[in-house]
Order: sequence, then structure tokens, then C-alpha cells
Amino acid sequence: MELLIKNGFVFDPINGINSEKMDIAIKNGKIVDSIQEKNAKVIDASGLTVMPGGVDIHSHIAGGEVNAGRLLRPEDHVKDVERKTAITRSGVGYSIPSTFTTGYRYSRMGYTTIMNPSMSPLEAKHTHEELSDIPMVDKASYPLLGDWWFVLEYLQKGDLEECARHIAWMMETVKGYAIKIVNPGGLESWGFGRNVHSIDDRVPGFDVTPREIICGLCKVNKMLNLPHTIHLHTNNLGVPGNYATTLETMKCLEDLAGDDKPVAHITHLQFSSYKGRDWRTMKSGAEEIANYVNNHSHLTMDMGQVIFTDTTTMTADGPFQFNLYNLTGHKWVNHDVETETSGGIVPFRYRRKNVVNATQWSIGLELALLIKDPWKIFLTTDHPNGGPFTAYPKIIAWLISKKARMATLKRTHPKAIKRSILSSIDREMSLYEIAVVTRGGTSKALGLKHKGHLGVGADGDVAIYDLNPESIDLPTDYKVVRKAFSRAKYTIKGGQVLVKDGEVLQEMYGKTMWLNVETDEPCRIPEEMKTKFRDYWTVEFDNYPVSDHYLRSQSPITVKASI
Amino acid sequence: MTIVKSVTCPVCGCLCDDIELVVEDGKVEEVKNGCAICESKFIGYRGEHRVLKPKIRQNGKLVDTTLQEAVKKSAEILANANYPILYGWSSTSCEAQRVGVELAEEVGGVLDNTAVVCHGPSILGIQEVGIPSCTLGQVRHRADLVIYWGCDPWSAHPRHVERYTTFAEGRFEGSEWKGYLQKFKAAAGRKKIKRVMKQAPVKNPPSIEPVTPSEPPQKMKKDGRKLIVVDVRRTMTAEVADYFIQVEPNKDYELMEALRALVRDQELDVNSVAGISVECLEELVDIMIGCNFGIIFFGLGLTMSAGKFRNIDVAISLTRDLNMRTKFAIMPMRGHFNVTGSNTVFTWQTGYPFGVDFSLGYPRYNPGETTSVDVLLRRESDAALVIASDPVANFPKKAVQHLVKNPLIVIDPHMNATSLMADVVFPSAFVGIEVGGTAYRMDHVPLPLKKVVDPPEGVLSDKEILNRILEETRKIKLKQVEAA
Ligand code: SF4
Ligand SMILES: [Zn+2]
Repeated sequence: MELLIKNGFVFDPINGINSEKMDIAIKNGKIVDSIQEKNAKVIDASGLTVMPGGVDIHSHIAGGEVNAGRLLRPEDHVKDVERKTAITRSGVGYSIPSTFTTGYRYSRMGYTTIMNPSMSPLEAKHTHEELSDIPMVDKASYPLLGDWWFVLEYLQKGDLEECARHIAWMMETVKGYAIKIVNPGGLESWGFGRNVHSIDDRVPGFDVTPREIICGLCKVNKMLNLPHTIHLHTNNLGVPGNYATTLETMKCLEDLAGDDKPVAHITHLQFSSYKGRDWRTMKSGAEEIANYVNNHSHLTMDMGQVIFTDTTTMTADGPFQFNLYNLTGHKWVNHDVETETSGGIVPFRYRRKNVVNATQWSIGLELALLIKDPWKIFLTTDHPNGGPFTAYPKIIAWLISKKARMATLKRTHPKAIKRSILSSIDREMSLYEIAVVTRGGTSKALGLKHKGHLGVGADGDVAIYDLNPESIDLPTDYKVVRKAFSRAKYTIKGGQVLVKDGEVLQEMYGKTMWLNVETDEPCRIPEEMKTKFRDYWTVEFDNYPVSDHYLRSQSPITVKASI
Repeated sequence: MTIVKSVTCPVCGCLCDDIELVVEDGKVEEVKNGCAICESKFIGYRGEHRVLKPKIRQNGKLVDTTLQEAVKKSAEILANANYPILYGWSSTSCEAQRVGVELAEEVGGVLDNTAVVCHGPSILGIQEVGIPSCTLGQVRHRADLVIYWGCDPWSAHPRHVERYTTFAEGRFEGSEWKGYLQKFKAAAGRKKIKRVMKQAPVKNPPSIEPVTPSEPPQKMKKDGRKLIVVDVRRTMTAEVADYFIQVEPNKDYELMEALRALVRDQELDVNSVAGISVECLEELVDIMIGCNFGIIFFGLGLTMSAGKFRNIDVAISLTRDLNMRTKFAIMPMRGHFNVTGSNTVFTWQTGYPFGVDFSLGYPRYNPGETTSVDVLLRRESDAALVIASDPVANFPKKAVQHLVKNPLIVIDPHMNATSLMADVVFPSAFVGIEVGGTAYRMDHVPLPLKKVVDPPEGVLSDKEILNRILEETRKIKLKQVEAA
């Protein structure tokens, strides 16, 4: 099928295209130079904004943890239901939507690729079963590897090559896309109810420190030539005063940056940017963090923006979730996974009238606005931790309009204004910058060559929004912008029109991407693993891998490692 | 003769995946590593009750029919029903369960699994307060205190203790394989491990003198892994335990509350609780607080005794309290091999683990209202599909009466009490023996089920049967729409 999108205002930052009136042609699912108009389905996009399909770099949409959250919270679902239609399956929201609903909702906002950032390898089959039930988008998942016993042991031995080979084996075995590190060392400590509190604390039972884990895996990531960097959730996340730990973490990676390329992605940065001694004195550390980031080029980040709503927090950071439970007394799920990782879930409501929550809200926006280069920090809520992904249009409004920010800020706790410098920031993002933080930048950081842009050869994933950049004044008309981004005029995936005017026209299942990392000696690992396997896990070696059976439709990406 | 290794046992929630089978002439001849129940499943599954042809009720009698006829009849029943129940699901694969959700949605029925008559209260308890838990390997590697409460793994989950808890070799507990790690727990040297292992052999359980409730549990002063059993009667597991606490029937809630109070350093003004002396309880609480990693496994003795979901609520709350002092986890001992899987699949597709009502076109969940037994007791359903379970044998009498009064479809490898009352019966292949798939262990670890032998000719898998019914039902409904 051929599709021609005519006369839209195109925003394609990867190719430097900024609001140019042009046609986009798609043939056999890919962007092509041109096609014959008479053979093609034509969409008249005059007066509309055309962007590549959205690419989310960090959103918890599938797997054991997400599903435990769903089970935990029937009260989250009752008020937000999706009826079955002739085309779509039924489901529920709100903060942890069921799988089908997740796909439809992303697609309605013009998103076409989602990265699920947290997968315990032992339960990877579960993650992939759920991903296979999420329609409308392409997807991938990051295995949690920072506290995996094999990593700790090889780093302790100082054997990086062996560590790298094991990671390569793991990526293929669990069909993963990037190395996820969460509170390095803290998760292993949590096995006995402890934590680490600085990047130089020793991990109990293993002679390594968080610094060594972060730097070690960063080097491993380079040896393997993985498309994305290490994806890091810092130590002391969610703790007042943690901006210092975050800066130290950023600094410890400086030496590893050879060229101008980033070597690490610090995720949901907002949760790692707090000053103060405790929650009473907590205030924003965004300025210090942004200053550092503006003077260095070895990092990318995402916001982890907080939304004032009732949501469900879930991370692999067991000790963090435990502290949150202590703070709130809410329901609490803990789920430690043998040999690999931990996890926790606590429902949470961010309140406008709570100083801390209002400050958290400010910090996310401060970071996005104070960090000058939009190619460094991307839009996320760490769904559902800061709030559900369906709130992205609100964030876009805050980013493009000081008026929108002030309207919200005014209604927050009066003391919150003084705890950050948000009210003094005048920057207002352009639509081009919005395209960077929601697709171009994320796709580049992820090393997704065929996504996030509209150049020839790219996947035919396009979002069209009902916004006329020539006639609209973004800062004043932020409500129009918000509405436009919540209901895509068209969402096109692989050249197929999936959504029109915010309604699903067609259900389609995207592909699961994963890395097939080729090392020089691939065969030795499984043999060695086989002999050790029962010492580490309670399942058999043969039953551990995620077989093709678990992927409805897949797109393996071959990577040639330099070991 | 072929040897098939790493087979997952499709019997109980332990989901042992290290079974070795010797297969000859399309038959399992020998089972290695499995327990007795596992062995009898793999060897003895071709029982006398195996029917090979679908059946349909004609003039009051079940008679053989073709697959097409049975599918057509089932689809008619479901398409014409206003409020059908689709029940069972705990002993089939996740792949079949996924089709089941789609079918339930298509016909606007109630989708429910056997949790409603076993661990339903556990799920309600979790929805109330959450659950601090872990995978079983975490217990194997770390737990120095294991408590079985209201469950008897020795008979119901025979390999649980050996594979996952007290008798298993872990990294930090009961292990010698990495000497340097012993630093981590200076007090826990090799001696301790040997001592534990000496007690471990199954064939020679240490004889334990009955503990009189007034005496503090001396045995608990030993080092190493400790095993405690709390139950109303002296079970097999209690026999091998370091300490057995005999709780008076239906007093679990009181006992838990007393323990909670003690964990929070409150004083008790009574001499005994639930038949156990307060000194004993104090000792017990000290052990709980003093351990490095403790876990409570609970079973139907807790979920089905007086108090039900309040029992679970308080058990989880006790575990929450203990986490203020040390590391503690809790886990339900799920029975059917894939009851966890069906809760899991239902939840990711609909948001709810059981008792999902699609009659309004979207998933709705209100246990006590949308759960199958309640729908039956209110006599609201007008048809049912039962898969891989036997509600006629397990449901309250009144519920069964309504169930069998209406058109009833059964999909099951066996003929059971329910299929004898059915209008359409599909014999299906044995999941995990004749057909593969996926199941979730009681700790939510997914495991592949293997196909080791072929099913008898003409016998399809649950998934395939459901798919055909779904397809046929859609055709009928489409016609109905067109006609209207
Ligand atoms: S314990 Fe359960 S799963 Fe394991 S072999 Fe026995 S019956 Fe099978
Ligand atoms: Zn996250």
C-alpha cells in the first residue's frame, strides 16, 4: 500500500526539518522519496502538523511488576473503562491500563514506539507475553542487569570481557534491548533488607561498589557496541539531598566519554534532583544538575515529570518503594527476584497542595527547561511513577507555555514556588523542540535508525496533529496544543492509518525489537552457564530463555561487538 | 526410547521443571526427579475415564458426536445466552486462557477461575494491603526462617521444602559452594550448614516431642535454617518441623493479631492466645525479628477458616510490621499448577484477576457479585462453559443446581462429575504432556510446559477447541446482527 501525506507542516528534527511544507510518501511500510499520487491513498495535511511517530524512551507498560500493580488496584480501574468495539478489545485504565488499552491510548496520542524499561530476566517471558498483547506500537524491553550476580562476580574479579559476554548472552536469551541499572548494589543489599547510600558503599556479600557497577557496565556497553547507552536509575533515588549523589554519578562517567557521544542515560532525573536534609527542607536541585549537564556532553536524560493525580509507583528499586510505603502507609507490594533484582509497588497521589509534591512537579519542568539542549533531556513521566503517559499533552503545554506553567504553579502550595526557580524561567519550547523531546531525541538516544524521523528508508510511522503552526500562538493557545496532542488527527504505523481523529480505525500488532549481540566466542557461555545454572536459579537452564513462541512479531537487531 | 529433560510438572503450584521422562512408543514409561503425585500424573493420566470423542446430550443422554457438531452446538449456546459463565482455567495453559478472555468478552459473560473457591480471599487481602513477597529462589538462597501456616507442603506440594525452602541449598543459607561469601554472615559457618543438612534428609525426619504450649520452644535456639509449622492438626510437615504450633481451630486471626502486637513491642494481658502460651509467642516473635530473612507460606487452612480474607489481611499486615525490624516475605501456596497464570492473564488483559464480568461491554469486577458462585446462587446465569475443573464436585449445592439446569459446555481431558451433567463435552489434550504452553509458578515465575507425547488422534488442545468455538460464535453473532 502507498500513502501520500500532502502539504503538511513537517517537523523532523533528525533531518533538520523545521515546519517545512512538504509531502511525505510511504511505500511498503517505509518512507520513500516520492510515489505516484494516483496509486496512493492521499491524506491532505494542509494546515496540519506532521511529525514522526512518537518514541517513548521509558514507560512501564508490561511485565510482572506492572501486572502486580494492576492486580493491586481495582479502584484504579473502575472509573476508567474502555468498551469493546467492532475493532478494539475492551479494557481498563487508569494509571496501569490493561494491555490492549495501553496500545490504543498511545496510538491515539500519535506514539508508535514504546520502550518498556524494566524486565527481570527470570520473568522475561511474562513481559514478552504482555508486550505481545499490546497492539498499535513497536516495543522493546530493558533487562535489569545491574545487580545480577554474574555481573557482580565478574566486576569483582575485574573481568570485563567475561562480563560483557554474559551480558551479550543475556540480551539474546531474554530478548532485551538495553542494559538497565537500578540503584546499583542497592537491590542486592535489599535481599536482606538493606540498601547502599553512596556510590562508594560496598555491596554486602560482594566486593564491589555502585561506582564500579556503573562504570563497569558502561565499559561493557561500549565493548558490545549496543545501540543505546546504559540506562541508569541512580542510587538514593527519591531521597532529599540526592542531587549530590546524582552529580557524583554523572562525574564518575566523565572519563568514559571518548568522543562527543553520550555514554549513559540517567532516567527520570526529576526523582534524583532533590536538595535538602529531609522532606521538610527538601527543595529543587535542578539548577545545579542543569549547570553540570549544560557543560558536559556525555549524558542523555528523561524528565520523570510528576502529574497531580492518583497514580501507582513501581520500580525495581525495592528499598525506595519500601521507604515510600513507610512514608505513606499505603498498600505495598515487594517482589524480589532471585539472583537478579527486586521490585516494589506503592499507590501514590501527587497533590498540588503538598509542598513536596508541588516541588517535585516544578523540578521536572525546571530540568527540561534549564537544560538548554533538547537532545539531552526527553519527555517522560516514568509512567506510571510520576503519572500516567496519557498526561503527556499536559506536559507539552507546560513546556511550550509559561502561561500554562504559571496557571498550574499558582494553584500549588504557596511555599513550593520558593523551593524552585521555575517561576523565573521564561523559556518556551517550539514545536520543533517538542518533536525532539518526544521522538527525534529519544530515537537518536536509543540508536533506533529507522524511527523518530521521516528520512527515506525510515519506518512509515507518522503522527499528524491538528495544529497550524502558521496561525497558532503556542504560549497563548496552549489548550489547543494540549488537545491536539491528546487526539492525533492521524496516527500512521508502517504506512497504515491506525487512528483518525483520536479514534482507532484499525488494530495492528507492532514488532518487538531485541538485540542479537555477536561476540567472537559465543558458544562458551551456555556451556558454562549450564553447569552453574542450578546454583543460581530455581529453574532449569533449558526453561530460562524467551523462545520465539513468546514474541507475536519480532525484529531482531544484530550488533557486532568488539570482543 | 527417548529421554526428555527439563520437563515442567503440570500438577501443583511448585511447577518443578527438572522432571526427566523416559518416553517409549508414545508413552511415558519412567519419571525421574518428580514426587509421587507427579509420577502418577505422567504415568497414570490415561485413566479409564478418558473419552476420545466429543459428546452431546440427546434425549437426556450423552452420545458421541463430531467435533464440528460439538463446536456448533457450543457456539449456539454461548451466542444465545445473555449471561453465560466461563469457569475453570486453573489447569490449562496461559495460551488457552488468553483465548478464554476473548471468548468471554465476545459473549458478554462472566470469566472466573477456581481462585474463587481457594485463594480468592488471598487476592482480596492483597488488594487491601499489598504483599511483600519474592521468588522462591530468594527463599532458597536467603531464608533462615520458614513458616508454613495452614498448609501441609509434605502432602500437597511435596517438593516445596526440598527445592525451595528449608532443605534447599542456597547461596547464603545452607551452602558451601562459595566460601568467601560466608564472611557476610560471620556467625553462620560451615558447622551450621552441616547441622542443618544432618537434619535435612527426608527419609529420617528428626522425631519431635510434642511441645506443650506452656513451654518455650527450646528447639528454636539452634542455629541455621529454622522451620516452623502453624496448623490446627499435626501434619506431616509439622512432624519434620523444628517447632509446631497447634492453633485452635478458627483462631488464626487472634494468633496473628497477638503476634503483631508483640512485634510492635506491645504487652499482652492474657496468658495464652489461641491455645498457645504468651511466653511461647514472645519467643516466637523474637525468632521472627531475629532472623535475617523470614517467610510465611500460607494455605487453605488460613484462607478457608473463619475470617477468610481478614486472616490474609492480618497475615500480610504482620509481615509488613516485621519488615520494620528485618526482612520478611509472605506467599500463598497456590494449588493448581496454573491458577497463578490465569489470575495473571486475566489481569493483564482485563485489569482484574478473577470474577470478571463483561456483560456491559467492558471488564467489571466486584467479588461477591461478579464471581461465579454468587452469580449462580442468584440464578442469573443462563449458560456455562467449564474448562479444566469440576465445579459440580466443588461448588455449593444450590450453585450446582443452577449450573446444571442451564446449558452446560465442558472442556476437560477427563470425564468428571461436571461433564456427566453437561450438554456438550469436549475431551481435550493433557496440558503439559500432550500439548505445550506456559504456566506461572506460585511466585509468578513463568515456565514453559512441554509436549512430550502426541494426544490421541482427533483430540485437540484446550486452546484449539476454544478458538473454534470463538470463531463459530462470532459467525453466529454476525448473522444475528445482520438479521436485526
Ligand atoms: S511438587 Fe508439585 S510440581 Fe513438583 S513434582 Fe510434585 S506435584 Fe509436580
Ligand atoms: Zn522507570
